Amino acid sequence: MILTIAYKEFRSLFSIPSTWLIMGALQFIFAWFFFARLDIFLQVQSQLAQLANAPGATLAVAAPLFGTIALILMMLIPIFTMRLIAEERRNQTLTLLMSAPVSDIHIVVGKFIGLMLFLLLIIASCMLMVLTLAAGTQLDTGLLFTNALGLILLAASYTALGLYISSLTKQPVVAAIGALAIFFGLWLADVSAVDNNNTWRAFAPTSHFQNFNTGLLNSTDLMFFLLFCTVFLLLTIRQLYNNRIYS
Amino acid sequence: MSVTAPITLSARNLIRRFGQREVIHGVSLELRHGEVLGLLGHNGAGKSTTLQMLTGALLPHSGEIEICGFDLIRQSQKAKAQTGFLPETPPLYREMSVNDFLLFAAKLHRIPRAQIADALTETKRRCGLQDSGKKIIGTLSKGYQQRVGIAQAIIHQPEVIILDEPTVGLDPSQIRDIRALIRELGNMHSVILSTHLLGEVESICDRVEIMHHGRLIYGDSSTKMQQYGSQSGFIVTLLAPPALSELQAIADVQQVDPLSTTQFRILHAVNTNPSVVLLALAAQHGWQAEQLVPLQTRLEDVFMQITQDEKL
Repeated sequence: MILTIAYKEFRSLFSIPSTWLIMGALQFIFAWFFFARLDIFLQVQSQLAQLANAPGATLAVAAPLFGTIALILMMLIPIFTMRLIAEERRNQTLTLLMSAPVSDIHIVVGKFIGLMLFLLLIIASCMLMVLTLAAGTQLDTGLLFTNALGLILLAASYTALGLYISSLTKQPVVAAIGALAIFFGLWLADVSAVDNNNTWRAFAPTSHFQNFNTGLLNSTDLMFFLLFCTVFLLLTIRQLYNNRIYS
Repeated sequence: MSVTAPITLSARNLIRRFGQREVIHGVSLELRHGEVLGLLGHNGAGKSTTLQMLTGALLPHSGEIEICGFDLIRQSQKAKAQTGFLPETPPLYREMSVNDFLLFAAKLHRIPRAQIADALTETKRRCGLQDSGKKIIGTLSKGYQQRVGIAQAIIHQPEVIILDEPTVGLDPSQIRDIRALIRELGNMHSVILSTHLLGEVESICDRVEIMHHGRLIYGDSSTKMQQYGSQSGFIVTLLAPPALSELQAIADVQQVDPLSTTQFRILHAVNTNPSVVLLALAAQHGWQAEQLVPLQTRLEDVFMQITQDEKL
């Protein structure tokens, strides 16, 4: 049942023209960043070669690119999560799910997975771009792996939070702006922190992504992302249940 | 519909509040297999809220709902698998094609994979959507969207079909089609529909419940409702009428009111009907009887009368 809903969400994303437009634009932006990075790397390569233990192409090109993607995802995901529940509520299609023999857990997890499939596609397309480097140099697969994992977890946590915001309102635009504002707040908490042990910083998904970005696979970060997703998915399920009582 | 048919839906003492305001005050309903029940009421009487509660989209604050023996709150998935719901606004994903949408609805209602294709063809045939399968729902006309909405509610052959104002916004020929469809569905399933069109009740419902300010104030078969507060009698047209007193003299006639020079309204007791005698006399005396129409109260009048009575 979860997969039925997930598949429907995934399919319906592709029946909207703007999805294709966004995917195209993203691909263009990624490629641009990728080439800019690659260009700089090629210019300084000769100087780097004189250093002992010089950073390779993966660290110099791929890691910053993934950092950029993390930022873009932050701005992108609210656009997709706003549709998930708020728009269904506005179009009164949520009734179909509410009166169907599926539980609230199925609905929420289905929608979450549906959007995650789409985000995986975006991350994978980016991954493929980086993998083209393998034609000219040796790649650091470990670093690539942690970056990919980090991106996926980051996207998942943004999706879970965006889904929750979406379940709070009837207006998709409010859901999008609300989610974006919170993502931005969390990001600011991360970048404005003076020291690494700032408490607020610990709440920001981006700060936990930092470790993945540098190739560090830390169980604390893994747990953070898992907890973050679970908490917001549970809150969304609760919100849908409340919806049957109070709306 | 027989009285022995199994009960498919029963609701007891439903109470629903919105904030502090109680909008449904203890509604109880029962529906049997093969029955079409019309829920009638003014705008804002609580029809939609009641129907939403029967489908589990809204939870009642108190009361019980049982569908085919399954409790809607405790065994919600089993109970919901037996219901099909068309809300006031059909819940359609406008960007999907009719086929995709109905397939999604079929899977959502747990139709076994092997039967999905058959269910899809059958439902499209019943709702007259054979040629619209590949069309995008957003591009369909209102009438066709309504059909897709109904198709979505019946694709899994539910025991109980709940339709919230199914014919609103349709043109007359579409209304006729949809009514025929509902009548057909009523033979094999149980149907509840809400409406404020009295003609709809007259033409398709076996039973009527009238809802007023969140209460059910009247429930009976729709034929009985038509007789509510009515008088037995008929209107007779005699082209060469006799004197009023002669008509009054006929046995069992209680009252004669001349409506025009040739038309008379004749009232009589419920169980005696003087029309045969009158026609015989007319033939005998050459009154030139032209037509004889039994008095029929219009449902509108009955409805107004019932809701008025409640206000007093």
